[in-house]
Parts: sequence; structure tokens; C-alpha cells
Amino acid sequence: MSTASGANQGGANQGKIYHSASAALAGLSDGASLLIGGFAGHGEPERMLEAVIASGVRGLTVICQGAGPPDSGHTDLNRLVEAGTVRRLISPLPFPPRRGGPVRERWESGELELEVQPAGVLAERIRAGGAGIGGLFLPTGAGTRFAEGRETRRINGREHIFQPALKADFALLRATAADSLGNLIYAATQRNWNPIMAMAARTSIAEVDEIRQPGGLDPELVITPAIFVQRIILSNPPG
Amino acid sequence: MDLESLAEKERLPREIIAMRVAKELPDGGYVNLGIGIPTLVSSFVPEGRTVFYHSESGILNCGPLAEEDAEDIDLINAGGQFLEAVPGMSFFDSAQAFAMIRGGHVAVTVLGAHQVSANGDLANWMLPQRGVGNVGGAMDLAAGASGVIVAMEHTDRQNNPKIVEECTFPVTGQGCVYLIVTDLAVIERTPNGLLLKEVAPGWTPQEVQALTGARLTVAEDVREFEL
Repeated sequence: MSTASGANQGGANQGKIYHSASAALAGLSDGASLLIGGFAGHGEPERMLEAVIASGVRGLTVICQGAGPPDSGHTDLNRLVEAGTVRRLISPLPFPPRRGGPVRERWESGELELEVQPAGVLAERIRAGGAGIGGLFLPTGAGTRFAEGRETRRINGREHIFQPALKADFALLRATAADSLGNLIYAATQRNWNPIMAMAARTSIAEVDEIRQPGGLDPELVITPAIFVQRIILSNPPG
Repeated sequence: MDLESLAEKERLPREIIAMRVAKELPDGGYVNLGIGIPTLVSSFVPEGRTVFYHSESGILNCGPLAEEDAEDIDLINAGGQFLEAVPGMSFFDSAQAFAMIRGGHVAVTVLGAHQVSANGDLANWMLPQRGVGNVGGAMDLAAGASGVIVAMEHTDRQNNPKIVEECTFPVTGQGCVYLIVTDLAVIERTPNGLLLKEVAPGWTPQEVQALTGARLTVAEDVREFEL
């Protein structure tokens, strides 16, 4: 048990920092499930996504907000799908409604399986997964096609649908800064899915602009506590 | 009633629909605006009233869209558009963003619709011919404890009623709509069905009924659009 401040500096905790993106993906294999932070083409962990593509892994189940515009120039879900790494996508907004792109094309050709989920339902399923909750009853989607075949319960006169918790093998996160222990801070809407996804994966990898020493982040302002982060990598490696 | 001549008759512009909806926003209230006509509502908040906007991208007290040379990739609305930073903003994750909606903390949600039914069912997330359906946050907004104001055109482009006895498009939420503002009318959903409260200038309640697929009860004090 560590009591003195600074007792966790260096040593084993430097072990969370990775210099090679491919090394940070150790353990990712065909058919794995992957939570990816970001909001429709903004704030994706691009260096890690490039490494996923380069690894040649296949058959992934990806859980994320969805693809942004196909011509954004970012390494996002579009590129991942285009590279043929994804077999199944769980998302509230798989592709921009009027823009289409690789996600739509692969879905229409039958190469990509889509599971569309209301965004707030997906968020609660992920949060529950990370919090050790088996599932929860939500009013969202009651009386719609999302309720078909699902367990329901009337609570306070209102129909609720049972939603099982969701966990994944890996989470790829994007944050502004980490300390070497894995505490994370975000900028504005960058946090989006990241804090809940960090909790719901066996291995969470945070791609950050800056890595500070312990004490370099105000503990009052830490959004994702280090316990939820297993690996850290810089978004732009030096040199 | 001659439906063809009604198709030609002048209706209110989208801005007036937005202006009428804006009257419903409470001073100091938190508001979520969907895309389309609802987005326009923010331009018409009555003078002296302050409204705070909520976005599913994880932000309260959203400011206006950012100037082109001042875009910050980490400050976006639910549509992925860049926002200007304003004092008093707060940021949160996706679970909290929807907790605010579902938990009834957001006072007013304004959405567009493909169809609204007599008992307040909303259909706005999917047109069957479009396939997969991009549900996004629509169902969570419809499930919000505060209910939904719908801002939309009264009919589709072929002049088919969008207010119907029962939705034929896939439903987003059941019984969630409490007020409908269109380019022809303001209609309240009551336990006794749809109540026609206001009509566009030059329109009679009978003409509005002719373009509505559900039975309307005409309010005793029905009047012209109040802006």
C-alpha cells in the first residue's frame, strides 16, 4: 500500500507507456471486440487506428459512435472498414445519413454486419459493463422495433426494456494528456465516449498529446482515473 | 374541400414555425434542438429570455457556430459542426449527456418529424425505403421525461398529412409529443385527442383539418398564430 505522495512515480508505472503503436496493440487478435472513442469523424485515436489497420487483423467487432464524412482526411472508422478489418459494427449512427461512404458500401454488399443502437442506450450498456452491472431497464425505444423480442418491465407506469451490459476486449481512447500512471484529461467535447469506454474494456489504450509525470495533472480535474487505463501512447511520436 | 387549391395556398415559412416554437422555451431552461426547423428556433428566442442549449456531443450552454478560421476540433455539436466557446459552458461524457435527457433535466426538446400520431407517437428516425436507419440519439430524446415539441411542415411534399391517426413509419417514441407546431397550425395533444389552438393567417380550421390525417378538436378560443 502506498501512502506517501510520489510513491508511485516511475518504476512499474512507466510500464504503461508505449513507444510503438503496434506494441501497444499486443494481444489484439482476429475476431476481437473493440470500443473506439470519438464522435462521428472527430477526435478518433488516429495513430492507434492506423496501427490496427497495419496489423492486418480481421473480423473485429467495433463499437463506436459511427463514421464521419467519408472524405474527412482523418483515419477514422471509414478507413478501418475500408481496410476490411471490421466484420460487425455496433453504432447509433453508422454513417452520415446523406453521405454514405465505406460503411454503407460494405453493409450493402453484405461484408459488414450492422447493429444500430440508440446512442443513449449504447452509452448506458457500456457504462454498465464497466461498472459491473449485468444490465439495466431503460424507457428508450419502448413500443418501437428496438423493443421487439426483448424483455420488458413496467416501472412507474412506463414500459422499460432490458439492455444487457456491454464489454469489449480493447478500448482505443483519445485524450489530451495523461500522466504516466494513466490518469486522463480531455478537451471539451473530446471526452464523448472515452470515459465510459475506458471502464468497459479489459485493455484500454489512451492516445494522448502529452504524457506528464505524476503530479502534472490536477487530481481535481482528472476525468478518467488511472485504474481504467492500461496503456498510454503519444498521438504524435517525437522524431 | 378542394385539396388541390389548398396545395397551392400560401403557408407559413420555416422561420415563423421556429419563431412560434421559441415562445415555448422557458426563461433559464435547458433546451435540446434537433436538426432542420428546430435548429432555427435558437435565432428567435424572445428578448429578455435566456435559454441554455444542450447537445448530445456532451456540452451544455452551447454557443453559436464558430467562424471558419476559429474552428476547434474538440468543440462540436451533435451534428459535428464546430462551435464558438462561450462563458459558462460545461462538458460531459455520452452517458451523462443522455442522462440529462432521459432523466427529465432538459426542459424542452424540439424535434422534426416524418409523422406524428393522434396519441402523440413520433416517427422521425427512419424512412422505410432508406434501409438501415441511423437512429442516433433520436429515441433517447423521445424517451426524455419532459416530452417533445414537434416543429415540421404540416404535410409532405406530395401534400400527404404528416399528422395521422397512427404512424405508418417506424416509431421513435410512443406518446411523447405534447405540442405540434407546423406551417399551418399549433396543435396540442390532450387526453381527449388533438386540440387545434392556432391556425396560420388566412386558413380556417376546416382547411387545416382537410390536410390532417387525424381528427382535430377545434379549441373554443381558436385564433390566428400568436407570435
